[in-house]
Amino acid sequence: MERKGPVFTVFIYVSALLLALVILAPLAWLFIMSISPAPDLFAKPLHWWPETVDFSRYRQLLSMVENSAGEAFVASLRNSIAVASMATFAAILLAIPAGWAVSRTPSVGWSLSVVIATYMLPPVALSVPLYMGLAYFGLLNHVTGLALVYLSILAPFTTWLMKSGFDSIPREIESAAMIDGANLFQTLRILTLPLAAPVVATSALFAYLLAWDEFFYALLFTSNEQAKTLPVEIADLAGGRVSDYGLIATAGVLAALPPVLIGLATQRALISGLTSGGVKG
Amino acid sequence: MSGIWLTTRAWLLMLPLLVVMIAVIGWPLYDTVKLSFTDARLVGTGGDYVGTANYVKNLAGSNFQRTLITTTWFAVVSVALEMVLGVLAALLLNQEFRGRTVLRALMILPWALPTVVNATLWRLIYNPEYGALNALLTQFGLIQDYRSWLGEPGTALAALIVADCWKNFPLVALIALAALQAVPRDITAASLVDGAGPFARFRFVILPYLAGPLMVALVLRTIEAFKVFDIIWVMTRGGPANSTRTLSILVYQEAFSFQRAGSGASLALIVTLLVTVLALAYAALVRKTAGSAA
Repeated sequence: MERKGPVFTVFIYVSALLLALVILAPLAWLFIMSISPAPDLFAKPLHWWPETVDFSRYRQLLSMVENSAGEAFVASLRNSIAVASMATFAAILLAIPAGWAVSRTPSVGWSLSVVIATYMLPPVALSVPLYMGLAYFGLLNHVTGLALVYLSILAPFTTWLMKSGFDSIPREIESAAMIDGANLFQTLRILTLPLAAPVVATSALFAYLLAWDEFFYALLFTSNEQAKTLPVEIADLAGGRVSDYGLIATAGVLAALPPVLIGLATQRALISGLTSGGVKG
Repeated sequence: MSGIWLTTRAWLLMLPLLVVMIAVIGWPLYDTVKLSFTDARLVGTGGDYVGTANYVKNLAGSNFQRTLITTTWFAVVSVALEMVLGVLAALLLNQEFRGRTVLRALMILPWALPTVVNATLWRLIYNPEYGALNALLTQFGLIQDYRSWLGEPGTALAALIVADCWKNFPLVALIALAALQAVPRDITAASLVDGAGPFARFRFVILPYLAGPLMVALVLRTIEAFKVFDIIWVMTRGGPANSTRTLSILVYQEAFSFQRAGSGASLALIVTLLVTVLALAYAALVRKTAGSAA
């Protein structure tokens, strides 16, 4: 191996510290803002740590008192969960048969390439007809309508992940079951799907995170607490609806918590999913 | 089983996906193309056929040209920074040191942070009166007076690029790290025996392994950067004085703020065409790099 002098070792540790600082400092500041009483946030020179720690904004946002900031926040939280769950479930349901079909029948693979190529389309290229279509069906400002639109982002992605997953399950196992008299549906249900369970889980995680993060369509197609999602609610707060920066930060922490916890808990699966896309192309 | 039956079965299994894709992508895209040749408004009647008038007007307009330059600048600088920082971070994380596993886990945090939360966080950091950046720079004596980072045309775009890079370079780092870990150890060892310095080693031994995955990351990030909307909308809404207005923001304003659906549609399709050409050029490049790396 390489000779590593003490200078090199120091350099590595200093760089590592710097990288950790760059990653953590903004996140730590978001959290500190959320627990600092307003006078600390408006102080000059700024207080980097509050004199008394104040968790009251969390209670305020998660309370359901009528006409409070909390009511709007909880409603948007509920809408985000509803939209992301519906869209993820539907995307997986579409992706499993389609992904399997492409994996086992390469001659139809070009159709998946076309579906994936739609990733290049900027959402603004679809937004006007989608807006008019949703209005026509009475689905504007409706969680179901938004979830349906999200399929345009989620379904190509999950199908592609499922296809790669099925590729790694040898088709000989399926043929063996078929010879033993199982029909296609039974084979898929009893044999292939359980083997593909980890891929289904990874695809669902990615889909959920994508839906949780989406802002553009949510901004266009929702207008009040009936359907507004968290990103829109936070953008509204930051856009001047409240003057308490700590409250905006608290909303940010709460919105970030689910994806960040999911990310940390499942980082192994996420990283392998992310990088397989990069490595395999 | 015959080939025809297999193909039919595959199409049947794909049918639900294809139907939904036609409903939420195919049909809207077709309708956008139709709209782009009309003077339709967002609400009201369908509008009249105006030929290529929308395209001519928008392509010749100074709004579009200025926005295209802003978008290109944003995309090129932020993606280039993300690539360089990402590879540097990956090279670091590929070394052996205490705390490496923890640091690698931390890299997933900016990626997992919702885009709008990231934009809001940086907007608070850049706040002209109470922001942490102003406080930090003043306390270190680097600036005398608080500045409005997002409020001045000279600094707003740079401030946005920093916020975008912070969120996205960790993803590049994770992709590059996975590629680095695929470099066989005996090859690096052999290059050491042959007397290769660190830069020669990076250029001739490590870079070929990185080239493929990095190209893919580059393509995806560039497409994303060209389509960018949310981080800019939340931080500056395209201001001040339109200095951070990107193509997606321009289309949004045209189609939804000014309700000129036809003109907005033509702009959206121009953007789509640009991204497609870019992606095709990249795809050719990826194929070339993949060929030379193998």
